[in-house]
Amino acid sequence: MSGVSANAVKNGAPQVDPLRLAAAKKGHWRPLPMISSKALRWGINGAALVYLVLVYYSVDINWARVAQGMNRALNFVGSFFTPDFVTRGGEIAVGLRESLTMAFVATVLGIALAIPVGLGAARNIAPRPVYFFCRGIIAVSRTFQEIIIAILFVAMFGFGPLAGVFTLAFATIGFMAKLLAEDIEDAQREPMEAIRATGASWVQWIAYAVQPQVMPRLIGLSLYRLDINFRESAVIGIVGAGGIGATLNTSISRYDYDTSAAVLLLIIGIVLMSEYLSGYVRRWTA
Amino acid sequence: MLTITALTKRYDTGDLALDNVTLTVPAGQVLALIGPSGAGKSTLIRCVNRLVEPTSGSIQLDGKDITRVRGKALREARRQIGMIFQSHALVERLSVMENVLSGRLAYIGFWRSYFRRFPATDIRQSFTLLERVGLDTMIDKRGDALSGGQKQRVGIARALIQNPKLLLVDEPTASLDPKTSRQIMRLICELCAEQNLATIINIHDVALAQQFVHRVVGLRAGAVVYDGPPEGLTPEILTTIYGEEDWTATQKHDDDAPQDGARDMAAAVLGGHP
Repeated sequence: MSGVSANAVKNGAPQVDPLRLAAAKKGHWRPLPMISSKALRWGINGAALVYLVLVYYSVDINWARVAQGMNRALNFVGSFFTPDFVTRGGEIAVGLRESLTMAFVATVLGIALAIPVGLGAARNIAPRPVYFFCRGIIAVSRTFQEIIIAILFVAMFGFGPLAGVFTLAFATIGFMAKLLAEDIEDAQREPMEAIRATGASWVQWIAYAVQPQVMPRLIGLSLYRLDINFRESAVIGIVGAGGIGATLNTSISRYDYDTSAAVLLLIIGIVLMSEYLSGYVRRWTA
Repeated sequence: MLTITALTKRYDTGDLALDNVTLTVPAGQVLALIGPSGAGKSTLIRCVNRLVEPTSGSIQLDGKDITRVRGKALREARRQIGMIFQSHALVERLSVMENVLSGRLAYIGFWRSYFRRFPATDIRQSFTLLERVGLDTMIDKRGDALSGGQKQRVGIARALIQNPKLLLVDEPTASLDPKTSRQIMRLICELCAEQNLATIINIHDVALAQQFVHRVVGLRAGAVVYDGPPEGLTPEILTTIYGEEDWTATQKHDDDAPQDGARDMAAAVLGGHP
């Protein structure tokens, strides 16, 4: 809709069609279309339709294979009704504990490193060279997907949770620093000026003018990142970075879908709990 | 007290905000800086405490040149200059007490300030100031819980706890209703008289300025075009400052008679009529 109204007022006084005015006087009015040329409008719609048809025929779907696989998928989904928490209970407990530990350590470590980077990456408080350097760190950290970093760190530190912790901490830096920097850039300028005008030092200025303004979001984001790190720990476990992902991977490769279902249900439960917790904490810190 | 000599500011965009401004403000004088939007009023006072870097000219505070000081010397200069902002500029998520005490940051070290361990004398002074502006019962209220006039009073207390020699006031009443505006102006002027501060007030409302200040300086396009007593603002002079307009209504302005004044003052001090 905003596109419509933007079109209507483009270039100051719009050219109003006298017929439209006459119709409006009688109570007939429709918003102006976003694309004024009727031919172009229908042309674009037609092109979209043709594209969809072509896409359908270009994707090679083997329906026989889908029917076959559907059976296997149904097996997997079906096992959610018979999750097996017990048979591999010990492994699941160890995996979960490892994942939670990894997620927590990685979040704390990542945030501790992300705060200075975030400060440096905020255009309104950092000098230009520092800004570009810190934005560079963020870009590198955000470019690589966790799995790729995990493969690198597993190669460096060997299989196990240590590689996982470094992977998640590294990913946390990019995520937190970027969002923190954006929050700092959105902070109110006047209080920042006021604290500077008192003669406060740079660190005092950060502590009194910046920190109070970004703290609620920093806390909210930290909890969110803890949640992400836990979920990611299940994924990077598959490439050998420890945690519940390793347990999940083993059970899937054994076609032990009942155990897989149990693991997934536990992950859902923990994510749900963290969802409620972060909602509560955010209300409390607002 | 404050001596500004040939101060010029040209922004990176090429706009000439201040054009060779020379001005001396003695201690105890309240000076109103008037002029149309964009005349350079804000730039001028921001150059004084170096929130904006002047292009050329010099600023002397108590005979000490602060035009080019950096680091510690700059912070020391700034703590002698209190500033009150247009939209109060409180840190809204800090308490009233923390906001006022932030005026003492330049006097204490980082860790003390970080853990809010302010010296007892600072806390005492902060409380006295809050009593003075009528907000002593609100010390633990958060900044965003206050009304516009109350926030502005906290801003005043924050500036005064610096024990400044010079007070810079940027459009203190722009976001306040007419009555609160008068209370705030009166409060600022009284506090300046009590502490013998040199004061520069940027203000849009000419009638309000005339009512309270000792001296008026008119800026137009970055240059001083009037410097004299408030009574001297004739329609001709206002036209030089602001451009052609009918000034008669501004001239006979007396909606704040003295008997009202006493009541307003009481309200200001008691924190009534937020």
